[in-house]
Amino acid sequence: MDANKSLPSSAGGEIAVERARGAGLLVRRDRFRPAEALPWLAALAAFFIFPNQMVLGNQTLIMILFALSLDLILGYAGIVTLGHAAFFGLGAYGAALLITDFGWSEPISGLVCGALVAAIAGFLSGWLLLRYRGLAFLVLTLSTTIMLQQSGNLFRDFTGGYDGIPGVNIAPLFGHFDYDIYGHTYYLYCLGVLLIVFYCMRRIVYSPFGRALVGIRENIDRMNALGSPVHWRLVVAYTISAAVAGIAGALFAQTNAFVTLGVFDFDQSAAVLVMLILGGAGWLYGAFIGAALYMVLQNELAKASPAFWQFGIGLLLIGVVLFVRRGTLPRMLNVSRLLRWRTQP
Amino acid sequence: MTAAALEIRNLRKNFGAIEVASGINLALPHGARHALIGPNGAGKTTLVNLITGRVRASSGQVLLDGEEITSLSQAARTRRGIARTFQVNQLFRNLTVLENIYLAIGERTGACNRLWRSAGGETAVIEEALDHLQSLALVSDACRPVRELPYGRQRLVEIAIALAQQPKLLLLDEPAAGVPSSESHLILDVISQLDPNITVLIIEHDMDVVFRFAKRITVLAAGAVLTEGTPDEISADPRVRAIYLGEKREAPRG
Repeated sequence: MDANKSLPSSAGGEIAVERARGAGLLVRRDRFRPAEALPWLAALAAFFIFPNQMVLGNQTLIMILFALSLDLILGYAGIVTLGHAAFFGLGAYGAALLITDFGWSEPISGLVCGALVAAIAGFLSGWLLLRYRGLAFLVLTLSTTIMLQQSGNLFRDFTGGYDGIPGVNIAPLFGHFDYDIYGHTYYLYCLGVLLIVFYCMRRIVYSPFGRALVGIRENIDRMNALGSPVHWRLVVAYTISAAVAGIAGALFAQTNAFVTLGVFDFDQSAAVLVMLILGGAGWLYGAFIGAALYMVLQNELAKASPAFWQFGIGLLLIGVVLFVRRGTLPRMLNVSRLLRWRTQP
Repeated sequence: MTAAALEIRNLRKNFGAIEVASGINLALPHGARHALIGPNGAGKTTLVNLITGRVRASSGQVLLDGEEITSLSQAARTRRGIARTFQVNQLFRNLTVLENIYLAIGERTGACNRLWRSAGGETAVIEEALDHLQSLALVSDACRPVRELPYGRQRLVEIAIALAQQPKLLLLDEPAAGVPSSESHLILDVISQLDPNITVLIIEHDMDVVFRFAKRITVLAAGAVLTEGTPDEISADPRVRAIYLGEKREAPRG
């Protein structure tokens, strides 16, 4: 190594080793680890083991995607929002209206349309609102989403109001694969989309840009002092996050063949936040664990006690927040060690 | 004669009725080793904040190499070559030492604008970061999270980040503050070996450090420049002695 030229050979050798170790840690960080195959194997296994549970499976995959979008801004950039349902909802309506108003039913372009609509909204609202942080940002995102929902009701000729838009029927996937009543095609469709989006998200969080987001989360003052365009970094992250939430919403509209203004509900924003906290924010797989846990629990608890299922979720959430700082299962089973290098984000 | 590296003209800052900088004038030639001293609350850190743009001035001008930067944002001033250290560590505590430096370089070079490349693939950034760490004898801590380092070495990381920004003007806000005396020589060695092309303004309470390092000293009291001179002039100045030795008896008015 050329950097130790002026040093005595033994000390130089040691320094070369230290340098290689330091660089190695950064270089290896984003390598795929075998354990990262587990969630995907589990998703495939579920497809074969529970063929009659595909509707739940679908919803779970969509919520994983939604939670994944939140992880970029919450887990990596450290922005807490209570209005993420806005982008989910815009994606859903973007995809739905493309079919019902424009008669274009090819599914992939529906996803692109949903992502675009959400991204534009994410860019504009992010540019305006990301000047604020903490409680102010929380309230602003919350109220923007409520206003969006209300304007959906106002323009009911276009959006169908609270009655929603029925008949969101997509054309066969790639012009070939039609959808069965059990939702098997939908499931594989969602899984494929999740895989592609996950790959993109993973690249982004391990990119220099992703590191800068972590820097902003860790110490925004220092990032400012480093000359980082903090506001623009956050706007870009917010826009990407909105686009991914939009894709999740578009999948939701397409696989349900129906969408109502309920997608903008505060419950949606809160639920996705709860999922991410359950699974742990800031390591991507928290979205998988949290959303799957939430959806399965919701399903089982609702069967046991249709009126009080949220009680169980609440109890679990309290337990997680009080006893495990970084999410449930990762800490309990120590799987975070398997899935990423050391314990750093 | 070329323009001063840093020039401050009649700089004022008030928070409501409280004036924390009242008409400060200061000029640092290129390569200066200038110390800023004064009692607590004299406005030393405020002046650094005004120079970096972390705090906006109420009136007056800040010029870098003869160009006015008073209206520029902190980020824009940083891009023009101003770097600082903080009195209280401002580090990415949960990131490794290497990543701390990586971010400084990545933001300077624009590498952090890249979304699609692996952070580990930026070998130029990593190599430069390691060079900086090596020159400050921090390589052995490269992989450790900053929070695990002893405080003295954390202060070194603070300086390493500022140096990784390749500044023309470096503002050191009490770089040895809180460092146990057994480790403070590490910091002092680094400071005394800084590149002579960098213009340095240092805030320090420890007079030994100030007299060893600075060629000129400005004394700040109650938001205004009390006096400026060489270390010998300053140490002989009765008003400075009054502030440092007999603060209670001869406290400045206001």
